[in-house]
Formats: sequence, structure tokens, C-alpha cells
Amino acid sequence: MSKDEKVAGVPNTSLPEGFVFDPERGARWFTRHGHTGFLGMEYHDHGEDWIELALPWREDLVGVEETGVLASGPIISLLDNATSMSVWTRQGTFNPQVTLDLRIDYVRAATPGKTVIARAECYQVRRSMAFVRGIAHEGDVTDPIAHTAGIFMLVSSEGWAKP
Amino acid sequence: MGQAVSEYHLPPYARSMGMEVDHVEDGAPVIAMDFATRVMGRPGFLHGGAIGGLLEMAAHAALRAELERQGSDSRIKPVNISIEYLRGGVQERTFARGEVIRAGRRVANVRVEAWQGDRSRLVASSWMNFLLAPPKT
Repeated sequence: MSKDEKVAGVPNTSLPEGFVFDPERGARWFTRHGHTGFLGMEYHDHGEDWIELALPWREDLVGVEETGVLASGPIISLLDNATSMSVWTRQGTFNPQVTLDLRIDYVRAATPGKTVIARAECYQVRRSMAFVRGIAHEGDVTDPIAHTAGIFMLVSSEGWAKP
Repeated sequence: MGQAVSEYHLPPYARSMGMEVDHVEDGAPVIAMDFATRVMGRPGFLHGGAIGGLLEMAAHAALRAELERQGSDSRIKPVNISIEYLRGGVQERTFARGEVIRAGRRVANVRVEAWQGDRSRLVASSWMNFLLAPPKT
């Protein structure tokens, strides 16, 4: 890992003073590592308090073999990642956090072969919690696949990650 | 019958995540998933989405087993899930098992729990609702 990646990315929780979380670079770091990398998530877009990640369809992520519909597990992961990153996007910095709770409503099945996009927004941050919501869609937010609402607990960096 | 449940067929996503039926407990399959980079979120811990995927698979398997017992071949569609993350999932094998609270004519409600070495220390707890549809003819 280069020094540059450490700053844009995250596991190093002792951040330099004046650190600014760059959603695009941060997301590009995440999408090369661990579960996020395995699923093949990609950075899509971001604004002041929102970020979009994409998950291209893949045969080995299918939940119903006969139809080719993507499993819902990868959609949970996509929404978890996107909502999590929306918190850092809103704050403009990286703070260690863990998912407290996540609720997902599956509005309709994903279309086989289509990329799923998650648009996630952090709508409030308090001292110990960040509140998020998000939509998974295939290019048209008015025709969603899933809706989510969740809460992240802001935690101490001690023990947050095991190198 | 127990035979049929233990041969529960996991979909491609579950297989590529390394999930498998560990054993069957009171009629519901216990699904297990080993720790690996592909399920890791923050360094050294399970990804919340991987835990969610495991919970859903266990819920689905428990419901499929219950419907089999009822002699039903309804199709199962996930409606929603709510997950409470109770503690970080460490670098160990993770288990999940669903309990069908009610399987009615159109809707089924399932509770699911995930744990690692110590069954009494849950990693996550969740509920999930399914829509039941008649089999396609």
C-alpha cells in the first residue's frame, strides 16, 4: 500500500491533522479490499452528504439460479458500504464507526444482468450516532429495488481494526 | 425429511461466499461461513453485509424446511429484513439459524440469529419477512 492510499483509504486510524476524506479516493480504496473488493463494487458519484456505489451483475452472486436474479446479500453489502461512506462524506473526514442496525425493504427483484446502484445519504450526525438512508436502483431512483434506513455508532479507533 | 433439509441447495452467491449447511437443528439448517478476506469489512472483522447475507440464507433455509414439512411448494420472495449488529464478528467460523415464527398463506415471518464460538454471545440478531407465492405452473 502506498502512502497516498493510506491517506485516501482508511484502516490507518491515526489520521494526519487537517485530513479531508475524499469520497472518490476513499471509495476506490475500499472497492479494492476485503468483501467490498470481492463483490466488485465500484465508485459511482458523490455530493456533499451522499455517495453512490455500483455493483455490476455477476453470475456467482446470483440468488435464484433459474432466473439469474442477484441475491439480496450483495445488495445488503452495497447499501451497508454506501451508507457507511455517506457518513464520512458528510463529515469530510474519517471516523471509526460500526453498524448498529440496518433495515432493508426489497421493493422489487433486481433485473438479471443489470448493474445495481446504491445512493446513500447521511441525514444527521450526533455525538455517538450517524443516521443514514439509501436507495438501490438500476439507473432510475423512482423505480427502486430496495430502500434502507440505518444507524452507525461512532466508536473509538482503539480496537476498531485488527491489523 | 431431515435428509432433504441437510441437502438444502445453496444458491451461487452462498457458495461463492463459502457458506454451507453445517448441520440441521430442530428441523432448521444451521448455515456456516468461514472467515476469509472475501467476507472481511474493517480489517480483521466480518463485513456487516456478509453477516446480513448469511442471516438471509439461514432464514430462507429455515422457511424452505418449514414449507416442506407443510407439504407446500410455494415460492419465497424476501420482503424485508432488519438486522441488529450486536458485536464485531471476529476471524472465526460464523453460524446462523432461522426460526419460523409464522408461515401463513401469503406471508412468513422468520427470526434469525448469528453467532461464532459461543452460542450465547450473538454477533447479530434479525427478523425477516417473506411473501409466499403459488408455484409457477
